[in-house]
Amino acid sequence: MAEVIHPRKSLSINPLKMSQPLGGAMAFMGIEGCMPLLHGSQGCTAFGLVLLVRHFREAIPFQTTAMNEITTILGGVENLEQACLNIYNRTKCKVIGVCTTGLTETRGEDLKGDLKLIRQRHPELAGVEIVYVTTPDFAAALEQGWGKAVTAMVEQIVQPALGATEGQINILAGSHLTPGDIEEVRDLVEAFGLTPIVLPDLAGSLDGHVPDQYMGTTYGGTTVEDIRAMGRSEYTIAIGQQMRYAAAALEAKAGVPFEVLDRLTGLNAVDQFVQILQKVSGRSAPAKIRRQRSQLLDAMLDGHFYFGNTQVAVAAEPDLLFALTSWLAEMGAKVVTAITSMDSPILSQVPADQVIVGDMDDLERGAAEKGARLLMTHSHGRMSAEKLDVPLFRVGFPMFDRLGAAHRRTVGYRGTRDLIFEVGNMLIEHSHEAAPDDWSLPEGEEANATATAH
Amino acid sequence: MLKRKVEDVFNEPGCATNQGKTDKQRKSGCAKPLTPGAAAGGCAFDGAKIALQPIADCIHIVHGPIACEGNGWDNRHAKSSNSQVFRTGVTTDMSDLDVIYGGEKKLYKAIKEAISRFDPPAVFVYQTCVPAMIGDDIVKVCEAAAERLGKPVIPVNAPGFVGSKNLGNKLGGEALLEYVIGTEEPAETTPYDINILGDYNIAGELWQVEPLLKKLGIRVLGRITGDARYHDVTVAHRAKLSMMVCSQALINVARKLQERYGVPYFEGSFYGVSDTSMALRTIARMLVEQGADPELIDRTEALVISEEARCYARLAPYKARLEGKRVLLYTGGHKSWSVISALQDIGVKVIGSSVRKSTDNDKDRAKELMGDDGMLYDAIPPREMYRMLKDREADMMLSGGRTQFIALKAKMPWLDMNQERHHAYAGYEGMVSLISEIDKALFNPIWEQVRTPAPWDAICAPAKTEA
Repeated sequence: MAEVIHPRKSLSINPLKMSQPLGGAMAFMGIEGCMPLLHGSQGCTAFGLVLLVRHFREAIPFQTTAMNEITTILGGVENLEQACLNIYNRTKCKVIGVCTTGLTETRGEDLKGDLKLIRQRHPELAGVEIVYVTTPDFAAALEQGWGKAVTAMVEQIVQPALGATEGQINILAGSHLTPGDIEEVRDLVEAFGLTPIVLPDLAGSLDGHVPDQYMGTTYGGTTVEDIRAMGRSEYTIAIGQQMRYAAAALEAKAGVPFEVLDRLTGLNAVDQFVQILQKVSGRSAPAKIRRQRSQLLDAMLDGHFYFGNTQVAVAAEPDLLFALTSWLAEMGAKVVTAITSMDSPILSQVPADQVIVGDMDDLERGAAEKGARLLMTHSHGRMSAEKLDVPLFRVGFPMFDRLGAAHRRTVGYRGTRDLIFEVGNMLIEHSHEAAPDDWSLPEGEEANATATAH
Repeated sequence: MLKRKVEDVFNEPGCATNQGKTDKQRKSGCAKPLTPGAAAGGCAFDGAKIALQPIADCIHIVHGPIACEGNGWDNRHAKSSNSQVFRTGVTTDMSDLDVIYGGEKKLYKAIKEAISRFDPPAVFVYQTCVPAMIGDDIVKVCEAAAERLGKPVIPVNAPGFVGSKNLGNKLGGEALLEYVIGTEEPAETTPYDINILGDYNIAGELWQVEPLLKKLGIRVLGRITGDARYHDVTVAHRAKLSMMVCSQALINVARKLQERYGVPYFEGSFYGVSDTSMALRTIARMLVEQGADPELIDRTEALVISEEARCYARLAPYKARLEGKRVLLYTGGHKSWSVISALQDIGVKVIGSSVRKSTDNDKDRAKELMGDDGMLYDAIPPREMYRMLKDREADMMLSGGRTQFIALKAKMPWLDMNQERHHAYAGYEGMVSLISEIDKALFNPIWEQVRTPAPWDAICAPAKTEA
């Protein structure tokens, strides 16, 4: 439907986009006992760390190979080696997730070869999975870094297996799912008597819980054993187009068939998911789920008044953009401006005339031009919203100026129901109240009327 | 070029630590080598941007791939009383094609577009790792842009890989010395003009101090760079003295202002009552030495006495509540001691303080203040910090955002003492805010609740069997 536009710009003003390695590292944060490691200068990690801490309000394990001027010229294998050893010795982690950066990619580090060498030199690292992924800062965006990291986990950890464990299914979760979303997906899957392995599982690690002891690594998330066992699952459901490669890699490696669901927000989208669950489990939806669907229907009936023809401007990464705009369109709203961070096959299906791969400046201009009544984007959009004097509904990452970012839920019947209420309430709050001059007659006639009165 | 600048910055004769070194040690620089896999903190680019971005009416263009600005913009609370242009996140967002073909042309176009769009008095351009590696010459591009577009375009050459945040602060300062300071003249000068260096008006801290200066008739002429407009930086060479606020961050700027323009400097702090008073007295004394009317000293003394009295009167109610409370302080620089003395004033005990990024002088003062009661730490490993708090060796921790969750997960009160803080703690006003924030954190009723065992962990009386 939508035409995808790549403006040739020299200047990005108020970026929407964040970098690939940050997305890669975030994916590794959904693995239990993991230490994400950026192979770059220490600032690469520091900026990401601050952003993650502000969003999740959690201690974030995140390390750097601390490349300096000399190693940037001579090569970073020693830094990588030292980093792996230091991390392992200090934290006894189970996984180290290495993502490259603009710096190491420009230099052209041979990560695979370097890690092989490090493994040879240090047999003490035998018990640690070191997963590596190529994520230059100068290509794509966070979402793709996430997808690549999960693909790397599948390729480097999953073990091919003969036969399947009955009732076990894989859920490959895209970067746009919050811990709250993942909990919802898990609930849905379990309601059909199935056992899900969610990769990556941010709900295990970054859902904001208080552990009983200090952990230097991630505490919670998908375990290495579970990742290995994904090859024995009956089926894989990938959520978001960004997870297609990982799902395909899993099929190629272990023969697990898969389906990619573009989104889990909106009635029909969740219905499709439930259909698959019915098929895989051989069970019909339990009463609890039927009730949830009914509640969503009611929310749509109650809420549609406020959405119909409302003009909305949305800026988000491709999969989240698609989920939100599709849902908005299904509620009767008009997506007048759609901005995203990078190219993706899903973009052409966004229900808008065009999708611009751009920044907050594009969002702001589009919203002003088209008279949008609501902005939807991450927290950096607040300045645009202030300027336009239009309410901002915060979605995605980062959400640093609100509490509970991890528990925002927009998937499943319940998530969609809550989303209708939250966005609907915002529209109600900012709806126009009648004023005496709202219906004044056109200029000329008004002048006549005044003259007659005198 | 950059290498020489870094050496020059390392070779800072104004730095006390440096004076104690041999030539050879000095040459090897003061940056501690960063440990891969165990490092924390920002890079040189981060530091340079922290030091310069508060110049509020300027556009700050980050030349690099998206990580450097996309992951890092809009993350500090430097406040401006006028223009808000500096809050705009602006980057060339280099793509793989730019990496292959070079990014200089794109940068030039970006500068041009920024000027036509925002019409700022000047543009700052920040170098980052990738364009530095592929040889983009930002100095040349900035020169060409300045000439053709008729505005100052200032290259800030501090790519991340050259070192730490602190080094970046200094390299940012060098850019000001080379391209900004001395390029304009103030409309008028007075014997009461000062510079404030190394304060970034985080959460509005300058606004807690400026009313005191105003009352004394002292004008902050040069702002480097808290609540500054471009013009406020260009005229810093005409001030009568510089007060250097953040330990060593911009010592190179202070010293070179003295060498080149004869502006003397002193190091002071606005954290804590006694430090604030000392800073005001020093400013008055030095201004008089420079030719201000000697009555300034008397007026300053009178203001100090009345403000101290007003401050202590407001702190008094807290004293009874906070007396004997134990605090773990995890900051660095001059805050390692200035906050100790502030807390001791109202009877709070500091059981430990970190002295990272502190000078020897800072360390001595901290040691002297704490006596045998407290420990000085270089860095506390997170696990140990968690244990200290969990074992209730302290009643609360004051630190930066990075260690926030170590305290909170140990179910202990925490207060932000760092750059990301939302509260202003400077001057006498700031002292009252700090103490009231500590009080607010310590006595919040949640602590009792969050520490109660869960129902399934509670030891209960055996359940009654129903008859």
